[in-house]
Amino acid sequence: MNVPPDLEARMDEAITHYPVSKRSAVLPLLHLVQEHFRYISDEAVEWVAKKLDLEPIKVLEVVTFYPGFRQTAPGRYHIRVCRTLSCAMAGSYELMDSICKTAKIDRSHTDHHHPIAVSEDGKYSVEFAECLACCGFGPVLMVDDDFYEKVDPAKVGDVLAKYQ
Amino acid sequence: MASPVQYLPGKEPHAREHRLIFRNVDRAGYDPSIDCYLKDGGYEQLKKALTMEKSAIINEVKASGLRGRGGAGFPTGVKWGFIPPTNTKPVYLICNADESEPGTFKDRYIMHQDPHQLVEGMVISCFAVGAKLAYIYIREEFPMAAKILEKALNEAREKNFLGNNILGSGFDCEIYVHRGAGAYICGEETGLIESLEGKRPYPRIKPPYFPAALGLYMSPTIVNNVESLCHVKHIIQMGGAEYAKLGTPNNTGTRILCVSGDVQKPGYYEVEVGKITMGEVIDVLCGGLKPGRKLKAIIPGGSSAKVLRADEKFKLKDGRELGIMDIPMDFDTMAACGSMAGSGGVMIMDDSRKMSWVINNLNAFYAHESCGQCTPCREGSLWMRKISDRIVDGKASPDDVDMLETVANQIEGKTICAFGEACSWPTQSFVKKFRDELKADCKPEFTGRIVNEETLVAAAGLVA
Repeated sequence: MNVPPDLEARMDEAITHYPVSKRSAVLPLLHLVQEHFRYISDEAVEWVAKKLDLEPIKVLEVVTFYPGFRQTAPGRYHIRVCRTLSCAMAGSYELMDSICKTAKIDRSHTDHHHPIAVSEDGKYSVEFAECLACCGFGPVLMVDDDFYEKVDPAKVGDVLAKYQ
Repeated sequence: MASPVQYLPGKEPHAREHRLIFRNVDRAGYDPSIDCYLKDGGYEQLKKALTMEKSAIINEVKASGLRGRGGAGFPTGVKWGFIPPTNTKPVYLICNADESEPGTFKDRYIMHQDPHQLVEGMVISCFAVGAKLAYIYIREEFPMAAKILEKALNEAREKNFLGNNILGSGFDCEIYVHRGAGAYICGEETGLIESLEGKRPYPRIKPPYFPAALGLYMSPTIVNNVESLCHVKHIIQMGGAEYAKLGTPNNTGTRILCVSGDVQKPGYYEVEVGKITMGEVIDVLCGGLKPGRKLKAIIPGGSSAKVLRADEKFKLKDGRELGIMDIPMDFDTMAACGSMAGSGGVMIMDDSRKMSWVINNLNAFYAHESCGQCTPCREGSLWMRKISDRIVDGKASPDDVDMLETVANQIEGKTICAFGEACSWPTQSFVKKFRDELKADCKPEFTGRIVNEETLVAAAGLVA
């Protein structure tokens, strides 16, 4: 795995935030890995474990627990749609259907352990997220780190158009 | 503050609001920079606090009557007082910014628009409890807020509001942002601590692991919600006794109500605790229900709070009988009405909503978020989802509704952390209050019939 020096420098800096236990840096390091490589490979798990003097299982058990970590590559742009009650009342399921239709994504194979579906061209991927904490202004979605509220399912194309 | 605060057009607070924590949210010309904060009197309360005795600060917070705004409503000052007096280990403070209780969306705006208010509240709190190292545990889905907070912390460091020998006081304090990774259970304080230690966030059992005694790295740790820590700043400014005049007795101060669902103007409203009724929240703050609709149900304090039915009457110990619209928005009355004020997330449902669909949505949430450590919760939350799936799909028998309740009853009180209650209370209350409606979605012809393997196992294992 090729970890660029500037990325490793950011990791070293993150480790300094935890003077009592290096193990606390597991989440920040995994975030940095995922931000750079888009997902966390088995190789990355071993690399992070070595970096923090941990057994790889101590890293893998964290990766597999948290929904925020991915073990497979998403699309070039990853979309998360809030699924929980307030957004659902505001139309988040319709929103998800509209995104899938517009971006040609088949979600039929997704389940609890494989929540992500990628478009045929690899450009977009989608996933339902649990409550994104913007309940008064649903339905809401995130495209990578960008946040959109009150998204009209009929105007999903306008959002997608910003990510080409 | 002398000059009146101007707000962005269309985002002006309602006249019934009392903006303390949200004073700068949607404020015209206000930005999250430290310059803006300082121009507005920022960090003056830190300067004041650093001249006070630590015990005096804790006493002010106790006198203020501040109750935690994250969900449990536990008195903040009392929590701080739980650090063992004989302690010789380092003390840690953690800001719980994992805001993930469905229906709750307040901390998001504090962190995005007024991060220094939180930083100032945290440094004061760290000084009071003797913490030299603190973390803001922020949910992963707030990437922008994490960046804004990191910038705010850097700015505070540059001005020596953080770091070594803060403003010449001899007090050292460092705060770091720690991002979670999408798990609701990290909002539970001991789960949060495990997560911060780099592990799976399996909550710890209390006793012995009360964070104030055995928390982060087995040291005394205070975990407070974002909004609670911001209130500390205002308590120092006003004095505990003066702050306690806001709100109502034992339910002091202001709190931010987050209203979502079937109202004309959903959104955030900061009000004095207990000074406004549920009916006023809906009709006055939120502009009423949608045209032609009738109120059906309200979840008053985040999705874990028990649902209230529109036609319920609540008999209180003092003899008062309240309808749903008469309930004052405070901790104690909401508890007396059999639910909780929780995190301030008010979810309104009108007569267009099917209750089977609503409870199924919440059951899917809890089934997804159970950490899996305790069997009743891990298995039960999934069972509840499967049963309510069946009801929604029209594949359930009316007995399934009773079974749903039985499963919930076998989770409550039988788990390490309060997630057991959080996931069973919605089901228990929806079944109790909307039993007939849920049964109407079922098919009597399925009674006694094995619909599928799940039903078989459930019949064998869960129904006596």
